[in-house]
Amino acid sequence: MNSLSFTHLGYLVIAAQWTVLLSLMAFVGGAVLGLALALARVSKIVLLRNAAAVYIQVLQGTPLLVLLFLSYFGMSIAGLNVPPLLAAALSLTLYTGAFLGEIWRGCIQSVTPTQWEAAECLGLSRFAQYFYVVLPQASRIAIPPTVGFMVQVVKNTSLASVIGFLELSRAGQIVNNSTFQPFTVYFIIALMYFALCYPLSLASRYFERKLHVGK
Amino acid sequence: MLENNALGPPGSSRVSEQPQEIVNSPTELIVSVKNLVKRFGALQVLNGVSLEIKRGQLVAIVGRSGSGKSTLLRCMNALESIEGGELQVCGHDVGSPSRLARRELRSDVGIVFQSYNLFPHLTVERNITLALTAVKKHSRAEAGVIASRVLALVGLQDKAASYPEQLSGGQSQRVAIARSLALSPQLMLFDEVTSALDPELTGEVLKVMEDLSRQGMTMVLVTHEMAFARRLADVVIFMHQGRVWEMGPPEALFNHPQTAEFKQFISSGL
Repeated sequence: MNSLSFTHLGYLVIAAQWTVLLSLMAFVGGAVLGLALALARVSKIVLLRNAAAVYIQVLQGTPLLVLLFLSYFGMSIAGLNVPPLLAAALSLTLYTGAFLGEIWRGCIQSVTPTQWEAAECLGLSRFAQYFYVVLPQASRIAIPPTVGFMVQVVKNTSLASVIGFLELSRAGQIVNNSTFQPFTVYFIIALMYFALCYPLSLASRYFERKLHVGK
Repeated sequence: MLENNALGPPGSSRVSEQPQEIVNSPTELIVSVKNLVKRFGALQVLNGVSLEIKRGQLVAIVGRSGSGKSTLLRCMNALESIEGGELQVCGHDVGSPSRLARRELRSDVGIVFQSYNLFPHLTVERNITLALTAVKKHSRAEAGVIASRVLALVGLQDKAASYPEQLSGGQSQRVAIARSLALSPQLMLFDEVTSALDPELTGEVLKVMEDLSRQGMTMVLVTHEMAFARRLADVVIFMHQGRVWEMGPPEALFNHPQTAEFKQFISSGL
């Protein structure tokens, strides 16, 4: 039995970097998908609106763990031998996109209809109405809940350990298997997740205050 | 071309001392409404409205709330679809315009709302230049020149860098007017633009509108400012139950109301 050493800690820090990378991939992918879904949800085209609604409902009703298994094993059945990082990033993207799509739809719809009307009356195209008038106002409203949701994404990357992706939680298991000090190891893991998430929570609250002061 | 911006269309050389000459001469029609019908579901809001507005005229639409006056104004800008009749505005058929036709209409027709509807995230100057750069494809520099000219027209040159939340209601409304003027419309619509303002702020907005009318702009306003309508309008229209109930020059109309409804409106409304 090895006692907990700096080597172990270094190992955990490296694994935490993979957690950060996976979070970032999920976040960037989820943001692109989420924006597309949010725009589809407020589209004037019924088919687009319904398709996005169905996607969001289905994804929000599926456990992330199941999504991870589906994308990892599903793709290998399809003959694609994808590394765990990609499978994890894909399922987290699909998952994050569904939630951000719904959050952002609400933000877009909270911009008062008279703003659309004013833009319309100035002859702005639909695209210009979004780009110059509605999205800038919606994104201001969107910042606090979006940053808040990032915290969820960071914590949910821990599930990627089940498909063998070596991130912080998986590294914790491995270190524990060699040291047999589960409480100490997982306490350190918890602290490291906290160190990643707390700044985001603070940022979320900061933006929320700023938003209310601005009003 | 820039010189004509915001001062009415080229050729409208109406002089303030003698507006009647232009109005009575065979000038071109800028708005023509025939038997206009508008419904919201089962509610018939406009029951066959017919009227004509000539270039350079100031037309005031008055009436109780629910009489259809704001809806009529919104129809003129294709903000509302219409269910029947004909509607020609600045040479555009506003019957059932396509998206593109609506955008063309809007480059000729400006509208100002009761609630200003400025873009809160943009400076006053950017509020004005946005459509100039995004729709009319002016450069930022050209648009800036136009913005400072229209701001001068409404007396707010010094507010170019301010944000809407830093303005009073009267200033906001003047910026909203300037924003519309920047696009050099042929027709300006005003939907109860002073109704949300304190009396002392109402004056500064009415002053801007008066100047605009004297410079030859064709204007249609839905208003509760009877004194303003009476003093400056070429034509006053009293609407009731979705119809044009009475219409004519203000003095004749106010001094000799023909219908019981208008009599009652005058006595209660002033």
